[in-house]
Amino acid sequence: MTLSILLVVSAALFCIGLLAALSRRHAIFILIGIEMMLAAANLNFIAFWRFAPQPAQPTGVMVAIFAIAIAAAEAAVGLAMVIAVYRHFRSTNVDQLDRLKG
Amino acid sequence: MSSIAFVAITILTLAAALAAATLQKLMHAALSFAVMFVGISAFFFLLGAEFVGLVQIFVYIGAVAVLIVFTILLTRDDVGKVQSFNWSGVIVAIAVFAGLVWAIANTKSLPLTPPLIEPVRVQRIGELLMTNYVWPLQCVGVLLTAALIGALILVMEEKT
Repeated sequence: MTLSILLVVSAALFCIGLLAALSRRHAIFILIGIEMMLAAANLNFIAFWRFAPQPAQPTGVMVAIFAIAIAAAEAAVGLAMVIAVYRHFRSTNVDQLDRLKG
Repeated sequence: MSSIAFVAITILTLAAALAAATLQKLMHAALSFAVMFVGISAFFFLLGAEFVGLVQIFVYIGAVAVLIVFTILLTRDDVGKVQSFNWSGVIVAIAVFAGLVWAIANTKSLPLTPPLIEPVRVQRIGELLMTNYVWPLQCVGVLLTAALIGALILVMEEKT
């Protein structure tokens, strides 16, 4: 277990999330992809904290905790938006939400 | 021992993430999403950040996964339809991954073995949250309140 391998794993996780966010057309899949990318960033924070020389404060751990809280808030608002959009359009396919298209 | 655990957790996490990104059925994807977060929490435990791993399990598997399942159940009109798949996203994802791996492989200063560390105790995290990080903590509190109210207003029934 070295830092490079850990970074490659987290890059793979990030790219799978990017794949889900870019290529699926269902709004919930896009949210799942964004959560995956945030989790990959958290993994990077913890990995860099673990492999660096230890500072007086566990900064990586604190940043990861705040990032988790913000990701939870984002998920709640995003899923509420999915429900609100579904009420209006009877669909969660983002390709059909094109009312603002010129 | 640690390397065996690392390989097992890596395979579990990446397989669950791929399943969550590509499965056709939404409910199966949501459950794979929960399994992926179990894997990420296991990474945190392996790296010595036990508190973050526990918080991850509570927040993601306890709250976000349940929220996603609720949303799927509330919006299940078009569950049966086959979703279109945009293949250009695959190309972009592979390109980004190649770029990241190239950058990681070309960075020479990454240290190879982890230093021995003292485990971070929860008491220390609590003290830091109340002293050095009290301002971000308050901001996160305001943000969570605003997100709660915003989510409520978004899903409230509109009374003409």
